[in-house]
Amino acid sequence: MKDFNYHSAKDSKEASKLASSSSAFLAGGMTTIPSMKLGLATYKDLIDIKNIKKLSGIKVSGKSVTIGAATKHVEVSNSKDVKKAIPSLSSLAEGIGDPQVRNRGTIGGSIANNDPSADYPSACIALNATIHTNERKIEAVKFFKGMFETALKKGELIEAIEFQIPEKSSYQKHPNPASRYAIVGVYVAKHKGDVNVAVTGAKSCVYNDKEMSKALSGNFSSSSIDGMDLDSSEMNTDMHASAEFRASLVVTQAKKAVDAC
Amino acid sequence: MASLVGSRVERKEDKRFLTGKGRYTADINLANQTYAIFVRSPHARASIKKLNIDKALKSSGVVSILTGKEIADDKIGGLIAGWAIRSEDGTEMKCPGNPPLAKDNVNFVGDPVAVVIAESLAEAKEAAEKVEVDYKVLKAVTSTADAMNGDTIHEGIDKNLCFDWLLGDRQKVKEAFDKADKVISIDIINNRLIPNAMEPRACVADYNAASEEITLYTTSQNPHLSRLIMSAFGNVAPEHKLRVVAPDVGGGFGSKINVYNEDIVCSWAAKKINRAIKWVAERSESFLTDIHGRDHVTHAELAVTKDGKFLGFKNETIANLGAYARVFGTVTPTYLFGPCATGVYEIPAAYTNVKAVYTNTAPVDAYRGAGRPEATYTIERLVEKASMELGIDKTELRIKNFPTAFPFKQTLVHTVDSGDYVAGMEKAKQMADYKGFEARRKESEAKGKLRGIGVTSYFEACGIAPSAAVMSLGCGVGLWESAEVRFNPTGQVTVYTGSHSHGQSHQTTFAQIAADELGVPIENIDIVHGDTDKGTFGMGTYGSRSLAVGGIAIVNACKKIVEKGKRVTAKMLEANPEDVEFKDGEFIVSKSNKKKTIGEVAFACYLPGVRDEMKSPLPEGDEPGLKETSFYDPSNFSFPAGTHIAEVEIDPETGHVKLEKYTACDDFGRIINPMVVEGQVHGGLAQGIGQALYENAEYDETGQLMTGSYMDYTMPRADNFPEFNIGYTCTHATTNPLGVKGCGEAGAIAAPPTVMNAVIDALGGQEVTMPATAEKVWKACKNLKKSNAKAA
Repeated sequence: MKDFNYHSAKDSKEASKLASSSSAFLAGGMTTIPSMKLGLATYKDLIDIKNIKKLSGIKVSGKSVTIGAATKHVEVSNSKDVKKAIPSLSSLAEGIGDPQVRNRGTIGGSIANNDPSADYPSACIALNATIHTNERKIEAVKFFKGMFETALKKGELIEAIEFQIPEKSSYQKHPNPASRYAIVGVYVAKHKGDVNVAVTGAKSCVYNDKEMSKALSGNFSSSSIDGMDLDSSEMNTDMHASAEFRASLVVTQAKKAVDAC
Repeated sequence: MASLVGSRVERKEDKRFLTGKGRYTADINLANQTYAIFVRSPHARASIKKLNIDKALKSSGVVSILTGKEIADDKIGGLIAGWAIRSEDGTEMKCPGNPPLAKDNVNFVGDPVAVVIAESLAEAKEAAEKVEVDYKVLKAVTSTADAMNGDTIHEGIDKNLCFDWLLGDRQKVKEAFDKADKVISIDIINNRLIPNAMEPRACVADYNAASEEITLYTTSQNPHLSRLIMSAFGNVAPEHKLRVVAPDVGGGFGSKINVYNEDIVCSWAAKKINRAIKWVAERSESFLTDIHGRDHVTHAELAVTKDGKFLGFKNETIANLGAYARVFGTVTPTYLFGPCATGVYEIPAAYTNVKAVYTNTAPVDAYRGAGRPEATYTIERLVEKASMELGIDKTELRIKNFPTAFPFKQTLVHTVDSGDYVAGMEKAKQMADYKGFEARRKESEAKGKLRGIGVTSYFEACGIAPSAAVMSLGCGVGLWESAEVRFNPTGQVTVYTGSHSHGQSHQTTFAQIAADELGVPIENIDIVHGDTDKGTFGMGTYGSRSLAVGGIAIVNACKKIVEKGKRVTAKMLEANPEDVEFKDGEFIVSKSNKKKTIGEVAFACYLPGVRDEMKSPLPEGDEPGLKETSFYDPSNFSFPAGTHIAEVEIDPETGHVKLEKYTACDDFGRIINPMVVEGQVHGGLAQGIGQALYENAEYDETGQLMTGSYMDYTMPRADNFPEFNIGYTCTHATTNPLGVKGCGEAGAIAAPPTVMNAVIDALGGQEVTMPATAEKVWKACKNLKKSNAKAA
């Protein structure tokens, strides 16, 4: 690891001011620190945002659950309020990584990193989330741009994520047996008007599967998507799973999610 | 006094380990020490055109940079294969040179070419990045099956073939196959594994210019053997000027038997720069450069009669040695493998042929079970297949071919002294509720799941190894073990053993044995190991040998102490030595009330006359002191055996295999500490199930390791396993005084075929290679659905 400057910001404004083209925000550091240790990333400045009080915490209103960006996975999974309002979100958090990761990793960090196999991006898409930054509000569908790519501008800091409370929802993951990231994770959420089927792990970026959403909006039953033959041409192939297997898993996990709703 | 042998004595070492007071190599810091970073080849096969260290030398904090040229100039020897294997045609095996730092050619990703030594770790890393190596990249050979058709890796080693070895009689096998009603054949890949000891390798080398002594602290399973190899073959220092210390070591599984490049380089360099050097592997270095295990490609056939009697067996195996042949590299796929190939069965004709090949991958060597898991996997997969093809119950078919009496003289090599395979099978079936399986299968089917049951009956030859046997097999070093039992004048005991504990609980189990032999409280017994300056000599710990060889040396040394004690007591109490009996720590003159405790005898041996009248208690011919040594050379291997039964449930939609039940019924002979044995069984099972369902070391065709971190190499976790159902049948070994056999490797040997037999049973007999990952199983489920539809 190369030398770098460590800053601990007291508020979003200071954090944003310190940001430059060779800096990174540091929350849980679950990706940033290993990348630096392996020499895959080098920064001149690391701006620690963990101590910004405003960025942590969970608020539930009648319609939404708002989680501060620096809130740890363990806090989301243990929150009674989240469990009551959106139980699937709590169980998603409980299934991230291992206890060490859950005790340090944060929701904002996960979303800002936008790993194609991360769990939280699927929750954002399925639950029609709004990403609150220090500059604006971004709809989840416009936030996730591509592999490790988001709509965030340099120096823009996520402050909170606001999830819409659905009528029913479930997240089902087929984990990579080694890393326990999602080989395929499917988040099904039934809202008043429509159904979202957010898929992570299958392609280069999280997406809402239109075909399954449509079928389920018409008839919210796993039989309506059973045997669906998805196009696997854009799906990932690696040593853990071929595109063909992933395409099948997307349907299987979606069915499981519907059944679990 | 109650016997400690056989009871669940709490581990003496746990206080140290659980309170963070263990002292591992990385915990050792010496005054004025420097830090080493190795520059490693990023290519699987290349020649080194130029190596430029000028820029790196100018980097801050650099003390020295040494390369393959300096090590060659100083005539430091390379790494060696410990066993000579002769090919079927009588020619000697072919081994390439393996210099500790490569000078001209590199042969796997991770092969070290230079060492950078600096004042701090960060500076060493920084400078290492500035070492410029100009490689001419050559086409790598990575496939085990195709290695003989690849480019020649090592000059003069045709077809990349180290040896083409045969054990058994081809002609007799042919005759047996000619008589067979049916021949069952199978093609098997025994997947490559990475040992992944919890503690990565590390070493700290120190040099004392005044005494000209090198001290090497290292993560070794066998410090004396390391010293011997480094001295005799590495030319690092004469043995009396080289001290090797293996302090607390966090797991080995065979990966820490070898002397590694870093041990030799750091020891040599410490003398060169006259300062201490510390090196600690990063986890990614461990993945790349620790020895790997298994990696066989096998075709095997079993000749049977229609009613299921086995007539003949053949095994044609290609074994991957990796880039170089290391200490146990050549013996693992031969003498540790071939003699066990026929398993627990009477098979009148058999042979095993092994072609050992070089590839541009990390060296392959002994890993938990070493050869015996590969042998067991082949025969047990084959027997299971035979049961399906013959339509005979898998347990009945096995029992039909078990030996009917012991000693069991096998066709190939071993004479198994003891065992009761039928009793083991019957107990395992009961424990696993074998009878109830069909009902459970129906329950799973009702849920849309596939359920399978798999059986394995295994034996292994361990407690390696009798010198006579070892030498006749081509190793110049007899694998005996030594022990020294030393009384302090005030009655406590220190036991020095040549075995090494890196998780085996010797501090407890060896103390239990000595406590029973000597009648001394266990609190007063210390076990010392792991330092060439302390113990006499030792062969170390591997091949489930600590108890069956090292433990017996302790027993024998204790018996010598008792014999001397009897003579001394007789002199002190004016009796005949023949009339003195020893029991529970007391020497008693029979038919009298005269006695001495062993503590009193020890005191008298050291300080005659202090307590009693001024008269020496030592009989004529006995020297003062109470200390005895034993070098125990076993008369035979020991032969643990057992039957394991696994049950899996498969989700055909996702290919997920859930291990529902696992039953292990083992015969380890006499058990010293049941709690410790359970721990060993659990660990072995975790690794064996890991091989079957999760672990796989994968290289791409250019020789890059694809599974070089825990993100891609699946280490099993606790939540992957059910509660293990463990039981024993204890037939005592007849070849050693304790009746013990060894338990460390059994789980890793028996679990892979047990689990795979269950998976393949669930899949209606369709072959799946290890590890049975979700995608492979999913595909097999799809095929099964298709073929079922066709049949309907």
